[in-house]
Amino acid sequence: MKRRDKIATGFRLPELTYRVWKVWRRNFDVFMKTWKVNFFPPLLEPIFYLVAFGFGLANFVSNIGLPYTQFVASALVAISVMNSSFFECTYGSFVRMYYQKTFDGIIATPVSVEEVIAGELLWGATRSMISSTIVLGVIAAFGLISSPLFILVLPIAFLGGLMFSSIGMCFTAIAPNIDFFNYPAFLFITPMLLLSNTFFPLSYFPSALQNFAIAVLPLVHQVSLTRGLVLGNIEPLTLLSIIWIGAVTLFFFILSINMMKRRLIK
Amino acid sequence: MSEVFIRAGHLFKSYDDVLAVDNVDFEVFKGECCGFLGPNGAGKTTTIKMIHCVLPLTSGSLTVAGMSVSDKPREIKKMIGVAPQEENLDPDFTVITNLLVYARYFDLPKKEALARAENLLKFVQLEEKRNVIIDQLSTGMKRRLVLARALINDPRILLLDEPTTGLDPQARHLIWDKVRGLKKQGVTIILTTHYMDEAAALCDRTLIMDHGKIIEEGKPADLVKKHAGEDVLEVDFDPEVMRMLKEKFPEARLETVSDRIRVFTDQPHGVFEAFLKDFPSRGATIRNANLEDVFLKLTGRELRE
Repeated sequence: MKRRDKIATGFRLPELTYRVWKVWRRNFDVFMKTWKVNFFPPLLEPIFYLVAFGFGLANFVSNIGLPYTQFVASALVAISVMNSSFFECTYGSFVRMYYQKTFDGIIATPVSVEEVIAGELLWGATRSMISSTIVLGVIAAFGLISSPLFILVLPIAFLGGLMFSSIGMCFTAIAPNIDFFNYPAFLFITPMLLLSNTFFPLSYFPSALQNFAIAVLPLVHQVSLTRGLVLGNIEPLTLLSIIWIGAVTLFFFILSINMMKRRLIK
Repeated sequence: MSEVFIRAGHLFKSYDDVLAVDNVDFEVFKGECCGFLGPNGAGKTTTIKMIHCVLPLTSGSLTVAGMSVSDKPREIKKMIGVAPQEENLDPDFTVITNLLVYARYFDLPKKEALARAENLLKFVQLEEKRNVIIDQLSTGMKRRLVLARALINDPRILLLDEPTTGLDPQARHLIWDKVRGLKKQGVTIILTTHYMDEAAALCDRTLIMDHGKIIEEGKPADLVKKHAGEDVLEVDFDPEVMRMLKEKFPEARLETVSDRIRVFTDQPHGVFEAFLKDFPSRGATIRNANLEDVFLKLTGRELRE
């Protein structure tokens, strides 16, 4: 008799239907209601960064192989991918799950828990794509895009967004309260934002640290892909990054849905 | 009335170390309004959640319209409307959008969803609040909107988990009217409530749950007659009166609650009047026995939680 319980709640590949998009659509509708507020941060933040680094810090930096502002610009796109999806699927999803009981409402309909979470993850990925589009627009305006391949940054932003959404959702699945997200934000996101080939080349690290960063830091790969596409120099390492992101996304996508199912279905 | 619509057999549900539903069997018939009564923690909400397929069973069987909740959750959820205990309207949307977004989860075409939503707003008297954000609704309005939302898929089964908790009498009676109307339309209704007058007013049949088990079931009037008799005498506590009562009604059940004696007997109307004529007692009242008497007799007076 115990086995029946297992079938419903045990670890498995999520069974998803088109209903995932109804959950996505719900979040999209909310986003569009307040689109002005939502568009400002990804628009203004890179401008501040570019002004600070381009007019300021760039004067102190030489011999990294390209203009420093250009180096930073593609990192800003990758950072916006990380931030928008990670925070959407931690703070955003937690509010919907815990305070608004939105998920409880939806799972009383033919939409399943797995579809609710998958919809949230896809929505997080979409937010990453929206943000990166805006940031790309900003760096284009600053004249920092040098390859037509840059258009491929958008699907890569979606994929990377799905990865950071899924990682964030794992934290949501174990968060006892909303303040808990300070831990991943300060122990995971902030250091990654600073140390992932973003504001200085990874090669300045000792090689052990370099290897560590390449092995475990998702943002390293998001930056490497984005920079390759924006600057138009695709290297073997860039291809490795696609595989790395693809594999990690798949792993955390399945894991996070299962962890959330465990949290929501007792 | 005799067709079984929902059937549970040897139903168990356990959380980590708590047995929330403990070997429960019940049937709900098509078109009836069936009340689940019980103290907090009795297992009512857990049972409801298993019926609409959001909680998996630990063991046993549970079928809705002949389909097992474990095998056909989507099909079952399509035909059920749920008004949960905890209000979970979408605060990011207006009243009408709440209904429209919810309709989308049921695959309703846009046009039909809008027509139904407008109708339902009329039904629960919220037309003027159509474009208001959820935050600005009163508790009563929110409950009405939750009811409207539960009806958006034109359900054959309606699950109402404490639909009137925290409402003022006007709002309660409005909900009651709506529930009666729906019953007339043939909707099968399962209702949980802590208000015994509500159960007596709405339910064809009630199941009383305690500690995860169903301890009694029947029509409200029959249960009252069986467990509390017809009349109840209440008098202020006095040892002398108590002695007299015991002498006069040896078969009766005497209960002392906060300085009042309550006397339950299965004797017919009129016996208490005769007693009071002979022994006028302080603060004496004779009232009809009710479902609350039954409930307290069966589940005790001990506080839960």
